[in-house]
Amino acid sequence: MIREFGPNDIVYLLEAARWTVALALIAAVGGGILGVIVAVLRIVPFKPANWLAIGFINLIQGTPLLGQLFVFFFGLPLFHVVVDPWVAAALSLSIYASAFLGEIWRGSLQSVSPRQWEAGASLGLPYHQRLLHVILPQAIRIAVPPTVGFLVQLVKDTSLTALIGFVELTRESQILSNSTYAPLQVYGVAALIYFVICFALTRLSQRLERTPHAAR
Amino acid sequence: MPLVEVSDIHKSFGVVEVLKGISLTVDKGEIVAVIGRSGSGKSTMLRCLNGLEKVQAGRIVVAGTEVTSPDADLNRLRQQAGMVFQSYNLFPHLSVERNITLALTLVRKMKLPAAREIAKEMVARVGLADKLGAYPDELSGGQQQRVAIARSLAMQPTLMLFDEITSALDPELVGEVLRVLEGVAKDGMTMMLVTHEMNFAKNVADRVIFMHEGRIHEDGPARQTLVEPRTAELRSFLSAVLH
Repeated sequence: MIREFGPNDIVYLLEAARWTVALALIAAVGGGILGVIVAVLRIVPFKPANWLAIGFINLIQGTPLLGQLFVFFFGLPLFHVVVDPWVAAALSLSIYASAFLGEIWRGSLQSVSPRQWEAGASLGLPYHQRLLHVILPQAIRIAVPPTVGFLVQLVKDTSLTALIGFVELTRESQILSNSTYAPLQVYGVAALIYFVICFALTRLSQRLERTPHAAR
Repeated sequence: MPLVEVSDIHKSFGVVEVLKGISLTVDKGEIVAVIGRSGSGKSTMLRCLNGLEKVQAGRIVVAGTEVTSPDADLNRLRQQAGMVFQSYNLFPHLSVERNITLALTLVRKMKLPAAREIAKEMVARVGLADKLGAYPDELSGGQQQRVAIARSLAMQPTLMLFDEITSALDPELVGEVLRVLEGVAKDGMTMMLVTHEMNFAKNVADRVIFMHEGRIHEDGPARQTLVEPRTAELRSFLSAVLH
């Protein structure tokens, strides 16, 4: 039965968008926690840890996210680990995000001038206090635009999980489009919803960037 | 007992030997100007004194702490030996007041109100009482450098190390920083300054050390050494900087 595209469909899309947002949030938090570990392993003065981190980053950044999703969703069952789309999606997006966020944050930390470390040291501040009170506040400010930029990317990347049957905004759009034969309206509304989410993130970033008194 | 004791230190960056056996002592209250061409090792020598650079051989004792010992408590030593840098290195995300109180509260474990009192006193001492709430990017280079001096002084060090602190300043801003330095000198602080300000060295320092190619080439009373250099190297250096 073919029906008309109506207001109800917009409600369906908005409901599906909840899962897009939820998945992006989980991936951002999970990827953030893993990303801190990646960044730390990347800079600690212990070569094997650095190699491990670099290998991980190259592997994740150098392969398509869709491939990673398939590995988790279709690959793990081969080892008798059953995963539902939720778990596979959350896991692979978190790992994907960690490789990018880890590198963004390592770069931000290292782009604070070494002279700032020296200035802290010359006042007798121990290492952890130099990091916490002198370096991190400056690094975080540097990290905001690329971090938010990546999160915007991540919101849109959640659409790939439609291919393993996870019903989020894009999958719901496919379903509604099939039953209404109104792809232009359906995907148009979906695109608008993606835009609103991403635009809100970008605005947030601009607000955070306006913090005064950064290094010149 | 001297406040600074350096015996036969050697320091290389890769294959380049920057310090080729430096020995010197500095007594409490002495003001020592370290001069020499760029690349002569003077800044490196100064940075070895508070452990920012590690030496490969030799021994350094500053204010009773053996800096060159592997288990030296460098954080404690650095409270004793303050350092001011060519590029000021204020913390850009913190106000002038917080720049000064940060180490007082974290390292000296002072309560914030007491630390704030000291900050107030210190900025007044460098003539910037009205800039307590300003941020580094709102100050001129000379003002930033005066705040950096105040920040170091607030820790009540027994020795102050100044690493070319007027070299990055516009010429018209050098005077205000040198006047602050003179004030610090008058208060009896032990000071070592790497500097290109020969007049300042002549008038304020007690002693001048001339470094040349990683070694101390001349070491003597400031006025006498600068007016009557004994070696050809110092003579040629002085004529180059004084033209």
